[in-house]
Amino acid sequence: MKLNRQWTWFHRLGSPRWFYQKTQCWLPWLGAIAAILLVTGLVWGLAFAPPDARQGNSFRIIYLHVPASFLALAGYYLMAIAGAVGLIWRIKLSFMLMKSAATIGAALTFIALFTGAVWGKPTWGAYWVWDARITSMLILLFLYLGMLVLRHAFTNHESANKASAILGLVGTVNVPIIYKSVDWWQTLHQPATIKLTSAPSMHPDMFAPLLVMILGFYCFYALALILFTRAEILERERRASWVRELVAEKQGGL
Amino acid sequence: MSAVLSGGFSAYLYRDLLLAYRCRSDLARPLIFFLVVSTLVPLGVAPEPARLAALAPGIIWIMALLASLLSIESLFSSDFQDGSLEQMLIAPNLLAMPILGKVTAHWLVIGLPLALISPLIGIMFSLPAVAMVPMVLSLALGTAVLSFIGAVGAALTLPLRKGGVLLALLVMPLYMPVLIFGSATIQSAVDGLAWSGSLAILGAFLAIAMALCPLAIAAALRLSS
Amino acid sequence: MSAKNILTVENIAFERNDNLLFHPVDLALSRGEALHIEGSNGSGKTTLFRLLTGVLQPSCGSVYFRGKPIEQCRYDYLSELLFIGHQSAVKGMLSAQENLKWMSPPATSAEELACALSSVGLEGYTHIPCHNLSAGQHRRVALARLITSKASLWYLDEPFAALDKQGIALIESCMQAHIEQGGAILFSSHQDLAKTAVRKYSIVGYQEAF
Repeated sequence: MKLNRQWTWFHRLGSPRWFYQKTQCWLPWLGAIAAILLVTGLVWGLAFAPPDARQGNSFRIIYLHVPASFLALAGYYLMAIAGAVGLIWRIKLSFMLMKSAATIGAALTFIALFTGAVWGKPTWGAYWVWDARITSMLILLFLYLGMLVLRHAFTNHESANKASAILGLVGTVNVPIIYKSVDWWQTLHQPATIKLTSAPSMHPDMFAPLLVMILGFYCFYALALILFTRAEILERERRASWVRELVAEKQGGL
Repeated sequence: MSAVLSGGFSAYLYRDLLLAYRCRSDLARPLIFFLVVSTLVPLGVAPEPARLAALAPGIIWIMALLASLLSIESLFSSDFQDGSLEQMLIAPNLLAMPILGKVTAHWLVIGLPLALISPLIGIMFSLPAVAMVPMVLSLALGTAVLSFIGAVGAALTLPLRKGGVLLALLVMPLYMPVLIFGSATIQSAVDGLAWSGSLAILGAFLAIAMALCPLAIAAALRLSS
Repeated sequence: MSAKNILTVENIAFERNDNLLFHPVDLALSRGEALHIEGSNGSGKTTLFRLLTGVLQPSCGSVYFRGKPIEQCRYDYLSELLFIGHQSAVKGMLSAQENLKWMSPPATSAEELACALSSVGLEGYTHIPCHNLSAGQHRRVALARLITSKASLWYLDEPFAALDKQGIALIESCMQAHIEQGGAILFSSHQDLAKTAVRKYSIVGYQEAF
């Protein structure tokens, strides 16, 4: 009996309906916090932080580039963990989270790559250089794209969920190996590169807005994940009575 | 208990090798592909020995990778079509063992021959003689890792009708560390540096792949029905 | 539950893309008994076999082997199990004898293999590659496993498909002998057995699934 009680919260958490109703009241709060943090961080970082001694104002793109890269990588692990939870405990909600995380993660990786290229032009004189970080990001984008493409190749939802979860887990083992390999490959071919994102040596005046931006991105990520998952829940559970009631309510209100 | 663990490995290894022996012409295809595509490079770039030698480590590794990828797709598909995969899934023994047997057979039939004929391409690309041994060794170890990783992709895309390009998309990013250390082994030998370090890392990759990939493949195969 | 009971299926169902494939199945099988599964095309007979062999996980319900859930006695259950599906698992590039050897228990001797093949009417065909044989002969190679196998529980999905009258009679006598020795058989077929009277179970597909 004791075991049962311990596990009820877990399975209630796994119920899409419970998730949908519970997150309803979180959304405005999360949205407000994300907006405040992002606006503060951007204004602070773009207008008030001191310019970099070597790069001048062009360094300011790190306020988008670094948080996006952070979350792209963290998002991959979140996605893989969600997939593993879904595989082990057969929780549908977990697979829905995994699917949402894959889409958002791919978008964030693209943002990180794009801002990296924009940053590269004034710094290295070219939009694309085979820098270790950027190359790893590119491979991460390929891993995300593989997840998205594999998902859409299946007609059967259950197979799609499980197959993507397995691919995600294989990727989790591989991501650190890929990062280390690319790092090593870089030192082999270009021993002297300019290290740009050495955060600890950054001036505190530059670092504080970055921290605000990272926190803001985390909140924004959580918000996007919840919104995507809610949309997914409505689509998958469209035949359930509670979704029908919800729709009827909305239509009645109009 | 040992029967529970080892059951299926040698049976599947033997059967796949026998099947490969019966279709010898299929076997030659990846090798011919390896040779033909490598010939395209001097035609497309330039026939200068110095420039070819500089490209050789990377080119040889990329060609071997593609040849291995091309052949991995059929690893499970004929078993899937004729029903023997179903029999494999309901054997009482650990599913990882027949899988290990099949992947080993794939390496013996594709990866090892690729490694053995690679000196031929090395000569065509004016690769120095000191790099030949590390090239064969790195290809022999590396293609085994490629077989394991490729088999995960093949198992995941098995139930899909047109899995070919998708398989390449899924597996290529995972191949990259092997490519980096494989070509680095040859490059170090060309530069007169110690190459045993990167070869050892390929060996470490093989150990990880051998331990983890059969589990992922087994899980993926169970989705196929 | 009697001591003779070998297989119990409780309320098993399977859903694909949120549609149930068939009405939940309840059945029991004892030693010395055969059960004929009937159902129209697409009613889910093959899926039922996949659920019973554990290749697919049921969406609800469970399967018990000698009173234990099959997840808890997987090795014992699968060692006692012989499953011959729709596809014969016969490799075209291997000979009948090689195919049978690979599908039989490891200890099976060459004489036993030859004997089994000749009793399904493949004498003289044992050493030529199977892609030269007809569909019915492929089926016979697969069904020769009924003779070499030591399993007590047989699952046969459409065992009579592609076989001629003589072949059907042959397989039926194999099944008869297995039941008399205390084995149990679960088989699906669109035709009745000629000599043996067996219990039948009808599986009913859900219409919405299509």
